[in-house]
Amino acid sequence: MFEDYLPLLVILALAVLIGFIVVLLGVLFGPRRPTPRKMAPYESGMVPYGPGRRRMSVRYYLIAVLFILFDIEVVFVVSWAVVLRKLGTLGLLGMLVFLVVLEVAHLYAWKKGALEWD
Amino acid sequence: MVTAAQIWEWVIKSLIIILVLTGGFAYVTLYERKVLARIQARVGPNRAGPFGLLQPVADGIKLIFKEELTPAGADKLLFTLAPVITVIPALVVTAVIPWGESVTLFGKTYTLYLTDVNVAILYIMAVTSISVYGIALAGWSSNNKYATLGGLRATAQMISYELALGLSFVGPILLTGSMSMLEIVRAQQKLWFIFLQPAGFVLFLAASLAEVNRAPFDMPEAEQELTAGYHAEYSGMKFALFFMAEYIKMIAVSMIGATLFLGGYLSPLTMLSGLPVIGWLFASGPHWLFLKVALWLFFMIWVRATLPRIRYDRLMQLGWKIMFPLGLVNVIVTAAVIVLAGG
Repeated sequence: MFEDYLPLLVILALAVLIGFIVVLLGVLFGPRRPTPRKMAPYESGMVPYGPGRRRMSVRYYLIAVLFILFDIEVVFVVSWAVVLRKLGTLGLLGMLVFLVVLEVAHLYAWKKGALEWD
Repeated sequence: MVTAAQIWEWVIKSLIIILVLTGGFAYVTLYERKVLARIQARVGPNRAGPFGLLQPVADGIKLIFKEELTPAGADKLLFTLAPVITVIPALVVTAVIPWGESVTLFGKTYTLYLTDVNVAILYIMAVTSISVYGIALAGWSSNNKYATLGGLRATAQMISYELALGLSFVGPILLTGSMSMLEIVRAQQKLWFIFLQPAGFVLFLAASLAEVNRAPFDMPEAEQELTAGYHAEYSGMKFALFFMAEYIKMIAVSMIGATLFLGGYLSPLTMLSGLPVIGWLFASGPHWLFLKVALWLFFMIWVRATLPRIRYDRLMQLGWKIMFPLGLVNVIVTAAVIVLAGG
């Protein structure tokens, strides 16, 4: 059982290696002649103004929180889907109750305007 | 117990997967440029080598010898790590996709998949969500307004469409009763799941386009408003890594989609496999998976050539107000049919 996962570690190690080799290639072969102009943030040729990192809209946080809530729901649904045939009608009804509760939460967020972008 | 021979087999299979993906990436860029050119009544790259076949090599060599800039005020460590973090999930996500059943070489039978884990779909969901980190970090560490905005947009978009993507996986799992990719392909021997799960297929198609930031959902890279989005400050091989990650992710979602809905490596023409000489062409095998992936990629390029980019508020509303509820309805209807029809 555990052996099924070992190949995933092998390919992960190789992928990490390849990622760093590619970065290294650029470091080894690329020229390096920095000037203050070149190092300035790129703003389509205009002189950059203000800080590069600004305060972000609170909507992004809302989306992130809602995502966590509903993504956990999706993970529950995925694992339930594997055993649905064994659970039968009761399993279907149980999931239906769970989904209705979450859908109420979804509708609440919707009506409160958490999903609006303006 | 794990033997040395087994470990070598895993290393070789992993290398084959990675080489196919990176080689595939190089030629998908050419494929995309050629197809786009034909759609726009142009010829496309045709100078480097016959039919422009050496164009990816020329591009790669050019990028290796380019100067890499790190903008002043950037977080140097994260700025270097972000492209690596983005490319790793793209390279490992297809590890659970079977390319075929098994093949006998030199009197020994080898399976045509790296591993058949019983939680393959959870693995895919987990790995794809890691690539969000690379993009968010790239945007934030660049110290560039456009990059920060692009990174934020990309993050919000990818997490929003991950819900619909996750729900579109549930259909094939329900029909198979397993999360193993091999079981899912075997369950499609009689009928591909695209015919049993048309709504799930459409959901997957749209959500996967948003997940890999492809047109018409390429807001994070909208050049008219954000220059290049989260990779605006990247040059040289670090840019190449982002480019590689994006195209490998295209190949990966095509492989996942083909496996879940189009029968994976199964051949639709197995009745012709008894023919002499050309019979193997009609037998199931990796070549069928690659054919389906090539067609899927063609579709993605075609969409990019045809559809305009959609507005960001519409994009988020489509994800949260249409695709997510649709995904739930699809899951419930599928589950109800399975339970009522008695499995």
